[in-house]
Amino acid sequence: MKTRDLTELAFRNLREAILRNSLTTLGVAVGVASLVAMLSLGVGLQALASQKLNSSGLFDAVFVTSKRGMRGMNGDGDHPRRNQDKSAKSEPAKPLDETARQEFEKLPNVTEAYAQIRFLTEVRLNGNSFSTNVLGMPDSSRKTGSFDNITGRFFSSPTADEAILQSEFAKELNPQTASLVGQEITLRYAQRHENPPPDPNKPKDIDDELDDMMSGGGISIVSHDKKLRIVGIIDTDPSAGVGGFGGGRIFIPLRTAQEMRPAQGGDVGEFVRAGGSAKPTYMALTVRVKSPKNVLQLEEAIKKMGFNTFSLLDATRSLRLVFTVFDLFLGLFGSLALTVASLGIINTLVMAILERRREIGVLKALGATDRDVRSLFFAEAGAMGLVGGFCGVAIGWLIGQALTWGTTLYLKRQDLPGVKISYVPWWLAAGAIAFAVIVSLVAGLYPAARAAKLNPVEALRYE
Amino acid sequence: MRNTWADNPKSEPQGETPCPLSEILGLPHPYYHRSLSPTTPVTTTDLPLIQAQNVSRHYQLGASTILAVNDISLAIRPGEFVALLGSSGSGKSTFLNLLAGLDRPTSGAIHVRGRNLAAIDPVELARYRRDTVGMVFQSFNLLPRMTLAENVELPLRLAEVDRTERASRVQSALEHVRLAARSRHRPPELSGGEQQRGAIARALVNRPTILFADEPTGNLDSVNGEQILLLLQEIQTSLGMTIIMVTHERPLAERFASRIVTLGDGKLKSDTPNAAAALQPATGEAHR
Repeated sequence: MKTRDLTELAFRNLREAILRNSLTTLGVAVGVASLVAMLSLGVGLQALASQKLNSSGLFDAVFVTSKRGMRGMNGDGDHPRRNQDKSAKSEPAKPLDETARQEFEKLPNVTEAYAQIRFLTEVRLNGNSFSTNVLGMPDSSRKTGSFDNITGRFFSSPTADEAILQSEFAKELNPQTASLVGQEITLRYAQRHENPPPDPNKPKDIDDELDDMMSGGGISIVSHDKKLRIVGIIDTDPSAGVGGFGGGRIFIPLRTAQEMRPAQGGDVGEFVRAGGSAKPTYMALTVRVKSPKNVLQLEEAIKKMGFNTFSLLDATRSLRLVFTVFDLFLGLFGSLALTVASLGIINTLVMAILERRREIGVLKALGATDRDVRSLFFAEAGAMGLVGGFCGVAIGWLIGQALTWGTTLYLKRQDLPGVKISYVPWWLAAGAIAFAVIVSLVAGLYPAARAAKLNPVEALRYE
Repeated sequence: MRNTWADNPKSEPQGETPCPLSEILGLPHPYYHRSLSPTTPVTTTDLPLIQAQNVSRHYQLGASTILAVNDISLAIRPGEFVALLGSSGSGKSTFLNLLAGLDRPTSGAIHVRGRNLAAIDPVELARYRRDTVGMVFQSFNLLPRMTLAENVELPLRLAEVDRTERASRVQSALEHVRLAARSRHRPPELSGGEQQRGAIARALVNRPTILFADEPTGNLDSVNGEQILLLLQEIQTSLGMTIIMVTHERPLAERFASRIVTLGDGKLKSDTPNAAAALQPATGEAHR
């Protein structure tokens, strides 16, 4: 029999015992719905976690530090035996300066390389002063989702004299945090000054010699004030974490921070190590890549250039493993309902064979082969699976939406932003429908074989 | 797709002109092309269409063996209208099922056009039922949830006939049994006689060579029973179709069948030609 005829007959047969077949199909739908709801929850939570982690900028970034800062002057530590082993090939550690940053930017798959500028400051507002940390934010951070829930707006330009406050700190300034937006604050901070080198031709008296010893050719730290306008307030600490942006309570554009030339914690040590050079260096650089999969390759390249690197890629892998196991178990629990539904299909089809025994006999008398009869029952099982699968995906999606709605409602009551915890990707929908059809066909194996084996004479005799 | 089993006769009589009924049904089989008119008695060839040789069918019922058909040998020529007579339990329906390919003999051979039904595989046997055989049952066996037209269309679906061709063939078959107006009705909405005529249309639609009828009048009153037999006689006469009918009503058999085979206790008791039936013209009463 042709497939179209087979399908027509199967759907016609299903329509005849509409109540029983609808209930069986509903059983399949409920099974698929539970599977889809469970897995959509797993997928949604994984997507949520990935989104939050990706927006933290921790997984597509490599954090670079100079080996100079690590344990010893050469960054290899001062363990005597280790130094002895490596003495033959040890080279002076490279400074992490602007030259190094530009080299990093030229590496393959690198989207940006920027310095981490973090410094202590005293904030003045309406005659009150508060101590806190300032952090320079690259312009790219506006796209990472870190500032999605901002009250106010992001920086108007990469060099704007503007600031975004972390809400906890903003509450210290004024409990009515929203009213702070638009106000001006003054930052008092330690500014790094590079002194001009002493003129060797200039005749010197004893005072000049003392001045040269104190400042000439070196650096000096002076107190400096900078006025900034508050443009936004955020609840969360954007990309908190090891080597990330975390720890700041006032965020300013990175280039503004660079132009402010704040004294960094390692300035004095670096000055001494460089033999009195005033050339500025960075404590750490963040190098971003197009995709987390490029991180390992980049780390290798930077290490070869003589710097220390750190990334959280391994943490991502562990996270994926956890979610894969989580999804597996959710899928297993979801499949249980579908297994029960498959028993319903077997029961329905076996009942149909008993009821339609005579019909099977007539079909065989008219020339239907065993295969035709088997295919007909298969088609009926498959049709129940297909319809049940479609309905199940729809119901599962609705359950997921309800879960998301309920969770968002709860979170909003807790003054937290809503999240989408359930997500039904196309592959899950298609996979669930295919799975429902396969389970239904497997469930139809026995009834179809039984129907095909019916002796036509006995079947025709059946009343 | 038509299978070639039925289209591979070893010895077929060649006809000259198509008869009116074959035009209606569009029947291409060689038997339908003989020079016959509705009033002309059928002439059969000497070569058998069906050759049963020492056919037995035994059933095991617990410790005892039931000899439903016991060593029957019979040859049926093309165009014959054979009535299998016998009392209940005589084995006539079992023998009919064996000839129709619904069952296989325990021993012996049934050759139809030279091929042994007892030896062919199940798929070939199903094709034989589909392409060579038409079946009419005592209880009509129309599927109640399908309309009459859909019931008649069922063998065409099984034979994978093109959809475009199906409608016209169903219509022709229904017109021939004068049920075209009831094509959209379901079997429970039809009388017994109409249902049996619908079953005959279903049996004819696939253009079979042999029509098997198992007590076709058993569930009908005498008037309707006579109409059905007149219709069968007309089909046999006009199409030259071979008809094998099981009945336990001797008067009807004597009136319509060209040959009467009597069975008893699973054995062949008698096999006599019925010259009286050959003189009975198909009067067309079935058209009323």
